[in-house]
Amino acid sequence: MRNTFANVFYEEAKKDARLCVVVADISPAGSMEKLRKEYPDRFINTGVAEQIMIGMCAGMAMRGLRPFAYTIATFALFRPYEFIRDDLCYQGLPVTVVGVGGGVTYSTLGGTHHAMEDVALACSLPNMRVIAPCDPAEATAATQWCVAQQEGPVYLRLGKAGEPVITQDAAPFELGKVRLIREGRDALVLGYGPTLKMGVAAAMALEAKGISVAVASVHTLKPLDRDGIAKLLQRFPRVVVLEEMVPHGGLSGMVKEVAWESGARCRIECMTLKDEFLHVYGSHADLLGAHGFSLPALLRLLSEG
Amino acid sequence: MAAFDAAAARQRCLKYRKRILDVSQRVGALHIAPAFSCLEMTDTVYHGLLRPGRDAFVMSKGHGCVSQYVILEDLGIMPTAEIERYCTPGGLLGAHPDRGTPGVEASTGSLGHGMGLGVGMAYAEKLKATDARIYVVLSDGELQEGSSWEAAMMAANLGVSNLVAMVDLNDFGGMHKMSEYHTAFYPLREKFEAFGWECAEVNGHDAGAIHAAVAARKGERPFALLCRTVKGRGVSYMENVAIWHYRSPNKDEYAQALRELREISA
Repeated sequence: MRNTFANVFYEEAKKDARLCVVVADISPAGSMEKLRKEYPDRFINTGVAEQIMIGMCAGMAMRGLRPFAYTIATFALFRPYEFIRDDLCYQGLPVTVVGVGGGVTYSTLGGTHHAMEDVALACSLPNMRVIAPCDPAEATAATQWCVAQQEGPVYLRLGKAGEPVITQDAAPFELGKVRLIREGRDALVLGYGPTLKMGVAAAMALEAKGISVAVASVHTLKPLDRDGIAKLLQRFPRVVVLEEMVPHGGLSGMVKEVAWESGARCRIECMTLKDEFLHVYGSHADLLGAHGFSLPALLRLLSEG
Repeated sequence: MAAFDAAAARQRCLKYRKRILDVSQRVGALHIAPAFSCLEMTDTVYHGLLRPGRDAFVMSKGHGCVSQYVILEDLGIMPTAEIERYCTPGGLLGAHPDRGTPGVEASTGSLGHGMGLGVGMAYAEKLKATDARIYVVLSDGELQEGSSWEAAMMAANLGVSNLVAMVDLNDFGGMHKMSEYHTAFYPLREKFEAFGWECAEVNGHDAGAIHAAVAARKGERPFALLCRTVKGRGVSYMENVAIWHYRSPNKDEYAQALRELREISA
């Protein structure tokens, strides 16, 4: 997903000289290296200094450029949060903040590198749009949207590498519209980001048992497609929200709000990260498992009770 | 750079101080003292340095913005009706500047942001190959923010020689004198020079000296002008008295202030 972003951005940057990337001491992946070599003036590394990464992007946007701030999600959002709020959101500047490795993607690096609360923090900011694509194809469309838009700031939450494509049968990406990526009848998985592949895996596993599970990508967390979600909630008796984020402030709570406001009658379960800092190391899947976020757990939520 | 009439600046700044005092009589509180300390700096930017449509100005010490407002009013950019509605319902202007109000480039108020904005703006102009210059007025207090130094280091890394930062060196934070409570803040000039900036120091209430120092810079690196000022300059009971950071004078104090105000000579 990281390389996909870099490839798309590089291709767009060749066509639009206003596009720049400002990183904070992160090694350029894939095509980002090509961008750095071919357009060295438009690849800026502030070093280990995230406040100036955001401040600079704001100043550049004020003078007509289209900068993207890019680093590991914790450092892209948490460290310079007030700069994102005041410089980008308050002033409505078209800057995309790219957070690589949302959730517990950087599993072996410990809690300082886990962006477990990023969606909640980003969604709370007025003027901010929040996008978390679920696979490289969706990341391509999301990046193209970010490059083209001029209205204001965006937080683009990416995974890292190796995510499979799971949206091959879906309708085209449209910002702010929930996207059904697999049809179903008995239950619905709503989620975002790379862990949505677990929803697809669950749907495939349950298909053999005669349970038909739909999967939808809520790639845009803000503005949330409340109408689209309300319509989906009417169609299914059972809904599971799959969210690699702390339990509060994200999609889980927003889906329940929509359910309450729209009078939905479905049962809603949520599988999220725990509201805890876990001192656990291992693969991404190991970390998710320690949080109780696993395929067996999802299968239980979809088929029991 | 065009000639700058320092005598005319002294007359303008007397007028602006009186206008700021006028505004203070319609609101409960106003950042008079920090506006008086940076007034000559702001006046020099608008009347001597800024080329409309090309250059940009960021009031990084947002609490000094009433100095900016009265100058923008005098230039016919800020409607007088907005000055009259300062900090009241229906008005555009608050105690810190907002991007989008007439003549205001950046929203500030939270300190330590303006230097970063200025670096980004200056770098953008370099990329676009224009000759635009970016002027930033900073407080000395906001140089306690690490973000200001992240930006200062980056400015030198990027070689943004089109960036001019003026520091209002009134020696006051909101509470204390830097020279008494934060002694390691000084020396400042050497800090900027160590960060790769060209630096000069002037009397910050001498608009002619400010203009001359900016004009005389070599222009190969970002330029910091340390402007020695007095917080509340021009009114005896406000000078270096912390409470006037954010207070409006009562009627008697207002009358006394008007009686005292004179052109400030270098």
